[in-house]
Amino acid sequence: MGYKQSPSQTVGPYFAYALTPEQYGYDFKAITGNQLADETVEGERIRILGRVLDGAGSPVDDAMVEIWQADAQGRYAHPADPRGSNLAFRGFGRHGTGTDPELRFIFDTVKPGAVEGQAPHITMCVMARGMLSHAFTRIYFSDETEANATDPVLATVPQDRRATLIARREDTQAGIVYRFDVHLQGDDETVFFDL
Amino acid sequence: MTAHGPFSPRDWAAHPPYVYPGYKSTGLRGPTQPLIPLKQTLSELTGPVFGAESVGPLDHDLTKNARVNGEPLGERIVVGGRVLDEDGTPVPNTLIEVWQANAAGRYIHKNDQHDAPLDPNFRGSGRCVTDADGWYRFYSIKPGAYPWGNHPNAWRPNHIHFSLFGPAFATRLVTQMYFPGDPLLDLDPIYLGAGEGARELLISNFDLDLTEEGFALGYRFDILLRGRDATPSQE
Repeated sequence: MGYKQSPSQTVGPYFAYALTPEQYGYDFKAITGNQLADETVEGERIRILGRVLDGAGSPVDDAMVEIWQADAQGRYAHPADPRGSNLAFRGFGRHGTGTDPELRFIFDTVKPGAVEGQAPHITMCVMARGMLSHAFTRIYFSDETEANATDPVLATVPQDRRATLIARREDTQAGIVYRFDVHLQGDDETVFFDL
Repeated sequence: MTAHGPFSPRDWAAHPPYVYPGYKSTGLRGPTQPLIPLKQTLSELTGPVFGAESVGPLDHDLTKNARVNGEPLGERIVVGGRVLDEDGTPVPNTLIEVWQANAAGRYIHKNDQHDAPLDPNFRGSGRCVTDADGWYRFYSIKPGAYPWGNHPNAWRPNHIHFSLFGPAFATRLVTQMYFPGDPLLDLDPIYLGAGEGARELLISNFDLDLTEEGFALGYRFDILLRGRDATPSQE
């Protein structure tokens, strides 16, 4: 038939001892985790957390979430970013939903700067048992009302679904927390992108 | 309409749908709203860079990377091939993460309750990186089939899970490699969820050239990631 892309298959329920081994207590060095910025990285410290909810509203306990973001200056640690990479900040994190008592993914990072005329945002990839392909979404920030209003990607999203992409800021004693629940289905189904 | 580019779009005739009735768990977990087309920006054209420095000396040898008191049981295999984009261009220096059940069809994962023995000398996870021409290779034990609860008498075919990044976050791929001639393939809704004509790409080929004499059977498995769009026309 001439198809030329290897098809996606589900990550399944048993990814942890390969992809998130240290988080789940397996004896295998992890290549990444949920702490994106050490003390040498400039930027405003934030925590992003949330749950992955299925069509019945139940939290998924075997999902894996990855995030990819720019640094506080809006630069990506990748050769395609012409402004040069910030070597101290990789900008990538990965966390499973199976170890937190509330089945949340949690990332400690810095707030990304704006990229190319877009509002500050983080790209997220969601995988789980029961998902045959990964799903991409974006995290925007509730305290960036002005930038969000002119963001070219948000502008392509039907108005009544944009709220699913906005992480809600909560100022806690431990610091700034953004809550971002991912709804795989239902009335509040998160917007997923074909990118 | 897909607002893609510079990477060509994900081929949704090849990839499985989010909701595939044969695979029950997709019923409540697969998104149901149409995906919103996104014109790729720097956020999608960049991605995490993991090269050779992220791979430890035994990470590519699952027959050695978790030994306690001897060799793991089962049929030794060597899996190798190339990572290419859909136009045949090699994808160099890209990380491949793999995981699988042991020879008895049992995962080391704490949630796997299948009544088959664990192997104290086999964890079943590893990683490797493609070379400058897109080639990769790792050693392992042929994984066993195992039952799952999807439907009565359901068994997963022998398979190895693969996770790849490629050159950008847009090229992310998680997939599974199968073995030639497995009678369970035609009964497996995860395999059958992928498009006809595309899912065959997920079946490795026995390869005598890759086979190491007196040591391990070779299986060739090439992986095709999204390519780049042809030069945009000026119309």
